[in-house]
Amino acid sequence: MGKNNGHIRFVVGLGSCGIAAGAKDLYEELAAKMKSHTNATLSHTSCNGMCFKEPILEVFYPDGNHLMLGNIHKKDVDKVLEPLLTQEYVDEKFVIENSRQPDKKESFRLKQHKIVLENCGVIDPDDIAPYIEKGGYKALKKVLTSMTPEQVIEEMKASGLRGRGGAGFPTGMKWQFARNNQAEKKYMICNADEGDPGAFMDRAVLESDPHRVIEGLIIGGYAIGANYGYIYVRAEYPLAIKRLKIAITQATERNLLGDDILKSNFSFHLKIKEGAGAFVCGEETALIASIEGERGNPRLRPPFPAVSGLWKYPTNINNVETLASVPWIINNGSAAYAAYGTPKSKGTKVFSVAGKIAKGGLVEVDMGIPLRDIIYTIGGGTSSGKPFKAVQLGGPSGGCIPENLLDTPVDYESIAATGAIMGSGGMVVMDADTCIVDVAKFFLTFTQKESCGKCTFCRVGTTRLLEILERIAAGKGAMDDLDKLADLSVKVKDLSLCGLGKTAPNPIITTIKYFKDEYEEHIKEKKCRAGVCKDLINFAVVEKACTGCHVCFKNCPVKAISGTAKAVHYIDQKICIKCGMCYEVCKFNAIFKG
Amino acid sequence: MSKVNVEKYIKNYGRTKEASIPILQAIQADYGYLPMDVLGKVCEESEITKSHLYGVATFYSQFKLTPKGKNAIKICKGTACHVKGADVSIVAFKDQLGINIDQTTEDGAFSLETVACLGCCSLAPVVMINEDVYGSLSSSKVRSTLKKYGKE
Repeated sequence: MGKNNGHIRFVVGLGSCGIAAGAKDLYEELAAKMKSHTNATLSHTSCNGMCFKEPILEVFYPDGNHLMLGNIHKKDVDKVLEPLLTQEYVDEKFVIENSRQPDKKESFRLKQHKIVLENCGVIDPDDIAPYIEKGGYKALKKVLTSMTPEQVIEEMKASGLRGRGGAGFPTGMKWQFARNNQAEKKYMICNADEGDPGAFMDRAVLESDPHRVIEGLIIGGYAIGANYGYIYVRAEYPLAIKRLKIAITQATERNLLGDDILKSNFSFHLKIKEGAGAFVCGEETALIASIEGERGNPRLRPPFPAVSGLWKYPTNINNVETLASVPWIINNGSAAYAAYGTPKSKGTKVFSVAGKIAKGGLVEVDMGIPLRDIIYTIGGGTSSGKPFKAVQLGGPSGGCIPENLLDTPVDYESIAATGAIMGSGGMVVMDADTCIVDVAKFFLTFTQKESCGKCTFCRVGTTRLLEILERIAAGKGAMDDLDKLADLSVKVKDLSLCGLGKTAPNPIITTIKYFKDEYEEHIKEKKCRAGVCKDLINFAVVEKACTGCHVCFKNCPVKAISGTAKAVHYIDQKICIKCGMCYEVCKFNAIFKG
Repeated sequence: MSKVNVEKYIKNYGRTKEASIPILQAIQADYGYLPMDVLGKVCEESEITKSHLYGVATFYSQFKLTPKGKNAIKICKGTACHVKGADVSIVAFKDQLGINIDQTTEDGAFSLETVACLGCCSLAPVVMINEDVYGSLSSSKVRSTLKKYGKE
């Protein structure tokens, strides 16, 4: 992006994560303090994936030098601005990378391979020019001027790209089905209803590189013969929606969208549809119902959307990451893409790594890399330093993978063999302080609430599954509850119409498979080893450690703590609601939990 | 019942049922919630039936049929936030505002709700107030954040 023109260029990462960490405050402070410095400019980009280092500031010097600073806040500006402008010593604690110290490489960036994320954290997402400078819309021009729709589909087939939303259906084949159905109108839809809690790949791509998704969508429209498109974005992503709107306006102004694109006779009209908060709308047929203005109830397939979709016209729906891969494949060729990954799962995959991980963020790796590399080499292991317990893949439809399976390669088939699913790419790491029964209960609470209610086994079955889990977590379970869970799980899977119900029991099935001892402990010993299940734990003051600082007293929401300043405090168990507030606020490890 | 003007919604989004969700979103953006009299008027002036509009309004979690606070607080209950202690920050918000989830403070300044996932998982636990996200919440950060929005 932009050339230096003799200026020192300051770039702040303004993605949702960065802003949440204080990047906007940093940006405003820099803007105010830099006014008097005519030799420096300030601009913004979005997320470069290193969420654990946010807020991130990059400085590019006219002499080619480059600095990347992390965990840098508004309050640090006075201290670092002058040294940055004069290229003098900057406090090492901020420095992530320095071009003058080529050996200093952040391990998070090793083993990554950026295709989908190549522009993320590099370009200004609010401006179309840097995207074009980076080769953007070149693929669209190539497709419109030198390829037939059939050739585009063949190229996608040859690339081996599979749907990144989770199911892994070959994209080229999906486009072929939609192409084959002749109709006066067809629709091309981008599914950006990223509903899996714990996943944020799509948000980051839309916020950081919206034009790439739009370009992929237009190419898809050309391939299947659709002149109308929608991007269905969840309402919880206001920044992504804002940047998409800007991007659509800019693309339209340059005739990359609209009628007769680049004088090719191909027209494509794109609209944004904001979701309204329903997990089930990630399911194709529910998403279509939602665009049509209905409640988001899925319907029976067939007919598949490729035959009868939006307003009964042939419709093709692809996930954000899938579409973001398309321009790269067209530009670099299917063979180059297929060279990455494994024989059955080609290319790269983006994962969002969060939870109890030292270096949480967005990573893009070759398919086939072992999970261990993502969690330890890139992610740096657990944030607490406590033993790793499990990694949850695929959100509420996925499962928990234990330590002894961490050498599993990330490809669709190998992950499915563990009982989890590749899913859209959300990875939540859990350590010894995470209770596995509580995790299963968490997901069932979610799916039970999000079930649209159409199928009895999804509606009532998830409720019954949740009740059993609640019973076990409360120490009131019986050993035959495990059989009941297993039995009902199979029925819910078999007797539900859509992906929500068909996969809702997966978190239970995998946790019982790999962590049965923890379930048994809750049932037989009434014990939660992680200290999470409230009915099985107590909080008490450790008298020797208590300094009488009174902080727990001030923070207890139910006034269960008594004691005067500088004297040992006491928790009244009859009043205590076991919220854990005292445990969190105590700076002296004087609260016992267990 | 107040006299309401729903013309602009119908003009902007259409009069058939496919306009239901955008119309509801626009009403909620204007009023902070979905007042029944406005919904009724929309149905009178368009082809959308009352049963359809109410069905849509109650299906999607974004839509609220009761007034929200001036500052809408959405506490994330996603997986990462859950394993990193979102429950403690929920207690802190409830305690400091003196209200429960899905309630609004008496002065109308704050309302509290939980949402499935805000997608800022690596900064968990997080909260969204209006359209701004705050990460790495702790009890003291809850207090300082609320202060920014005028809570004493």
